[in-house]
Amino acid sequence: MNSTQALPEQALIQQLVQQHADEPGALLPLLHDIQDKLGFIPASSVAAIAEGLNLSRAEVHGVITYYHHFRSTAPGKHVIQVCRAEACQSCGSEELWALAEKLLGCNGHETSANGMYSLEPVYCLGLCASSPAVQIGDKLHSRVNQAKLTRLVKSLESVA
Amino acid sequence: MSFTVFVPCDSAALAAGADEVVDAIHKEAAARGLAIDVQRNSSRGMFWLEPLVEVVTPQGRIGYGPVAFEDVPSLFSADFLNGGQHPLSLGITDQIPYLAKQQRLTFARMGITRPLSLDDYAAHGGWVGLKNTVAMDGSAVVQEVLDSGLRGRGGAAFPAGIKWRTVRGTTAAQKYVVCNADEGDSGTFSDRMTMEGDPYMLIEGMAIAGLAVGATKGYIYIRSEYPHGIATMQTAIAMAESAGYLGANVLGSGKAFHLIVRKAAGSYVCGEETAMLESIEGKRGIVRAKPPLPALEGLFGQPTVINNVITLASVPIIMAKGAAFYKDFGVGRSTGTLPFQIAGNILQGGLVERAFGLTLRELLIDFGGGSRSGRPIKAVQVGGPLGAYVPESQWDVPLDYEAYAAMGAVVGHGGIVVHDDSANMAKLARYAMEFCAIESCGKCTPCRIGSTRGMETIDRIGTSKNKEQQVHLLRDLCNTMLHGSLCAMGGMTPYPVLSALNHYPADFGLETKEAQVL
Repeated sequence: MNSTQALPEQALIQQLVQQHADEPGALLPLLHDIQDKLGFIPASSVAAIAEGLNLSRAEVHGVITYYHHFRSTAPGKHVIQVCRAEACQSCGSEELWALAEKLLGCNGHETSANGMYSLEPVYCLGLCASSPAVQIGDKLHSRVNQAKLTRLVKSLESVA
Repeated sequence: MSFTVFVPCDSAALAAGADEVVDAIHKEAAARGLAIDVQRNSSRGMFWLEPLVEVVTPQGRIGYGPVAFEDVPSLFSADFLNGGQHPLSLGITDQIPYLAKQQRLTFARMGITRPLSLDDYAAHGGWVGLKNTVAMDGSAVVQEVLDSGLRGRGGAAFPAGIKWRTVRGTTAAQKYVVCNADEGDSGTFSDRMTMEGDPYMLIEGMAIAGLAVGATKGYIYIRSEYPHGIATMQTAIAMAESAGYLGANVLGSGKAFHLIVRKAAGSYVCGEETAMLESIEGKRGIVRAKPPLPALEGLFGQPTVINNVITLASVPIIMAKGAAFYKDFGVGRSTGTLPFQIAGNILQGGLVERAFGLTLRELLIDFGGGSRSGRPIKAVQVGGPLGAYVPESQWDVPLDYEAYAAMGAVVGHGGIVVHDDSANMAKLARYAMEFCAIESCGKCTPCRIGSTRGMETIDRIGTSKNKEQQVHLLRDLCNTMLHGSLCAMGGMTPYPVLSALNHYPADFGLETKEAQVL
């Protein structure tokens, strides 16, 4: 990231830190806000967060890395989450997961080399009666079979 | 004349294409010059029929489903707006046996009302419990909840009234009510449906709890995987506040109750109550040792009522109709109803609210219609990822907390995941250990290390020459996890593992005798 982009990013983080500074237990809401705005929580923001909330950097880093939802690196253009919990397994999610790795060209917790896709496992989207479930961006899909997943990924290529 | 059409906005309907169906209905109506009022309701909980489109007729609401957007023109051609016959016709929705056979107390409004409509909520019995509460002394409210026999619906089944009484009995500058909406168990969605579909019911339950115990502040801790639930709850809280059901002066009682939504961040163990408190306080979700009990030293060190969504959502009807009414449902010490959730490889998956005491067989066969794949059902996991696998020989045991505990299983949050005969139970047992290793908070050794050793041992059962020795090790390890873990994460992971080993030894490559060593 070059310096012209870095500047407004730091300003944004400062602004968000100030918004949450007086809130009890502010760290998670603040991290959510940062990730919602930037797509991830840059390592460079840890110091500002720690100072603003009167925490140690270790505490902030510990929270960011503890929770699966928080990312420390930018995601691909499309984030594809495949549910791997029991109800989805019972209807073929493991085969779906293997297909997703093949179609997207990356493993779980990784981003494809072309920066297009990030594949993430998810443990339950609450669609267990219409499994297997997949979430692409913020759109949910249920009863996803191999053909449907292939079609959904194809449709992402066209909005590249 | 104008026609009213209902299309659900529940996540499960959206995931099946409900928004596309709504667009198609508007488009087709415009093309035909018809005036149509499309309303978004909650889901009836019959997910194999979603999107379930309903039309208001003089006979009642008539259903069609599952509707794909391609079906919409033919529905118009079949005059569905007047209840016309179509291959997707389901008749009068209320008379569909799946619904007609239920006892919907908590889910009485589900699928009928529009989630954010204050008018709908009030017209269908809403706020009666809160109004009664405002007119009562807090101790009488606590007594009513105690008398109802309501037990925690999140899984632990601890009597709600006892927690409330403990918190009410404390003196503190600030007390809290925390709703655990971190519904991470695979096979469960009743909390999600409640938050997306009937948010005021949860708000009312929390306000009643707040008034009863003297708490002025409440938090709802909702998992980040439920963005629709979070959005609906936030809007509902704002609307309830401006209508006077929340805020500085709840229904003119002079008492305050404020609600805040907290978004979780994808940690399963944060569904454990003390890990959840840590998370709300902005820390890593590490389990706390008990005592102190959260009722005495909970959120920010203050006395805190912690209940699951369905526990709190059950309170309004108890306060509206009385403890005796609620207690009439159920068996033994399992009083009231439970919204069971039938999921996984099942033909008719969905939500079935019934009094405790029905059997798994009724749920799987009468309601569920057997497996979705058409193959025989092999194993059924009841109570989430930490619940036991129940073989067919136990399907006739009544679903109540005590009967299930007696056979080494749990009812838990009422989630039921069905596997057909293609499932490999050794693989699922290994997965249970793997999931525990991924999600363990790391505080106690049996869970943090035992889960990884468990995976390895299950692998070795498959490859080792001395299988009996490995089975012995696995059972010994499970024993340590059961008795030595700090919370249910490590303490209950042995349930699925041991039940798989006990009931399906062949999947581990074992003779029955070999599986029983120890």
